Amino acid sequence: MSDLAFDTIEAPTRGFTVGQYLICLRGIMWREALRFVHQRERFVSALVRPLVWLFIFAAGFRQILGVSIIPPYETYVLYEVYVTPGLIAMIQLFNGMQSSLSMVYDREMGNMRMLLVSPFPRWFLIVSKLLSSTAVSILQVAAFLVVATIWGVDIPTWGYVTVLPALVLVGLMLGALGMLLSSLIKQLENFAGVMNFVIFPMFFASSALYPLWLVQQSSPVVYTICRLNPFTYGIELIRFSLYGKLDLLSLAVVLIAAIIFTIGAILAYDPSRGLLVRRGGGPA
Amino acid sequence: MKTTLFRTASLSAGMVLAALTVAPPAHALTAYVSNERDNTISVVDLDAMKTIKTVDVGQRPRGIAVTADGKDVLVCASDDDTVQIVDRKSLQVVGELPSGPDPETFALGEHGTRLFVSNENDQMVTVIDVPTRTVVTTIATGVEPEGMGVSPDGKTIVNTSETTNMAHFIDYATHKVVAAVLVDPRPRIAMFKHDGSEVWVSSEVGGTVSVIDPVRHVVKYKIHFEVQGLRSNVIQPVGIRFTQDDKTAFVALGPANRVAVVDAANGKVEKYLLVGQRVWQMAFTPEDKYLLTTNGLSNDISVIDVADLKVIKSIQVGRQPWGVAVASP
Repeated sequence: MSDLAFDTIEAPTRGFTVGQYLICLRGIMWREALRFVHQRERFVSALVRPLVWLFIFAAGFRQILGVSIIPPYETYVLYEVYVTPGLIAMIQLFNGMQSSLSMVYDREMGNMRMLLVSPFPRWFLIVSKLLSSTAVSILQVAAFLVVATIWGVDIPTWGYVTVLPALVLVGLMLGALGMLLSSLIKQLENFAGVMNFVIFPMFFASSALYPLWLVQQSSPVVYTICRLNPFTYGIELIRFSLYGKLDLLSLAVVLIAAIIFTIGAILAYDPSRGLLVRRGGGPA
Repeated sequence: MKTTLFRTASLSAGMVLAALTVAPPAHALTAYVSNERDNTISVVDLDAMKTIKTVDVGQRPRGIAVTADGKDVLVCASDDDTVQIVDRKSLQVVGELPSGPDPETFALGEHGTRLFVSNENDQMVTVIDVPTRTVVTTIATGVEPEGMGVSPDGKTIVNTSETTNMAHFIDYATHKVVAAVLVDPRPRIAMFKHDGSEVWVSSEVGGTVSVIDPVRHVVKYKIHFEVQGLRSNVIQPVGIRFTQDDKTAFVALGPANRVAVVDAANGKVEKYLLVGQRVWQMAFTPEDKYLLTTNGLSNDISVIDVADLKVIKSIQVGRQPWGVAVASP
């Protein structure tokens, strides 16, 4: 890398103030918010998807006699209570993937250049984008929790507050994963495959639908896969935090995964060494 | 047999060890749970929400109560044909009451001094004076007496009969059966309201609770239960408890794993609370703060917050918990 190239990348970033960074963050947030408001179908589908599980799957499930006590629960819970954290994580998983889907769309339509020619450091743009998509996912989760509560899913009142940090972390982790994946995809059409090969396996091979001890009884192999799935730890982090408890292992896994995925996404979108350049799909 | 013996031995050894290591707190609200299968009583600290001790008692302990003076716990050792007295301080069996053969359950009447024990196989009720530990009298009842209810004034005993599906009203003064009221199959428990205005009888197989007028001896109405997604045959009402103000009744629904919350004025079911497996008997803590349920198949008791109508905790006890009694500090 020549000195000249080094200068042209680094020079503009030197003079930015915190205020300017905030303007940039606000701009990205605002765009995400507008997208959220305008794409009502996206919001509705984000809400309907977990509700279908809650209303139909959980209602028809035979655990009507109560799910055995596992931490963090203090007593027997109905299946709809058990499945709620998994559905919250599902909302965040879909949102993370859809947000990165929009990156693919942006790239195809050329909008992304607007973002990528910004003089702000690439990592900042990426993190801003992650934060805004996480914020949107939290709004979706809040809407879901309102309906779930009306449906009779009983969550301690303070649980709605204690779950927030967990939602931020899990949102970041899944958003970063989506972004990392989006850097590998050149076309919108390919993304459907990712939905199939990433979202569904991640969701089903986790503790979202069944407690892991139950999975272990039926298949040790699937159990091991569930154990290796970072999504499982995202769900458990949310599950514990809903009851004001902290699961340290889940916190550690989610934190580490979030950091790895974010660094991966930053590297992937780095114009000088990223995958975009290597694959020839980067901004011209 | 050997394995059973060994298991019992190792179990008791474990219990002794547990008893030695955990000292009971000085002023805790305590629950006593009879474990039918383990031949023990679990002592549960309701402040810590934990089982703190296990006491060996006679065979097949079922009905359990704390005496009026709060000093002792009485427990039916059904297969030993006796009611044992367990001292609350030392947690030792200190004596026995002459209960007659195969006592399953009992009711404490007349301010906790009279014990009315049902003797299933001998078709009678044995009345015991607790302070003197003597039999006052025996009363012949219907076939296979099961549940026992004593009116608040101590004048009427209601005894349910498993085979004839009847609730027998017995006048205590004359020892005569004054009425037999037909209820649904396999009546289990008879429970008077605190004001004595109604007797509720649960029918395990019939799946209903019959509300009986104790003066006219007629069924006023029947309460039916329905839990969405559950077949009606797993809804088997057993234990019944009224709050002190008689406004709310709780009915344990056996293998439905639910406790029904019933408006005691009109019999309307307000809510179903999910507890452990095969919920059997229940007991209130003082001032109706908590309601405890024994869950026979999941070997635990569930704690219901009565004001919130929420199950807040399930606590592991011995195998097949049957009855529960609560003692103030």
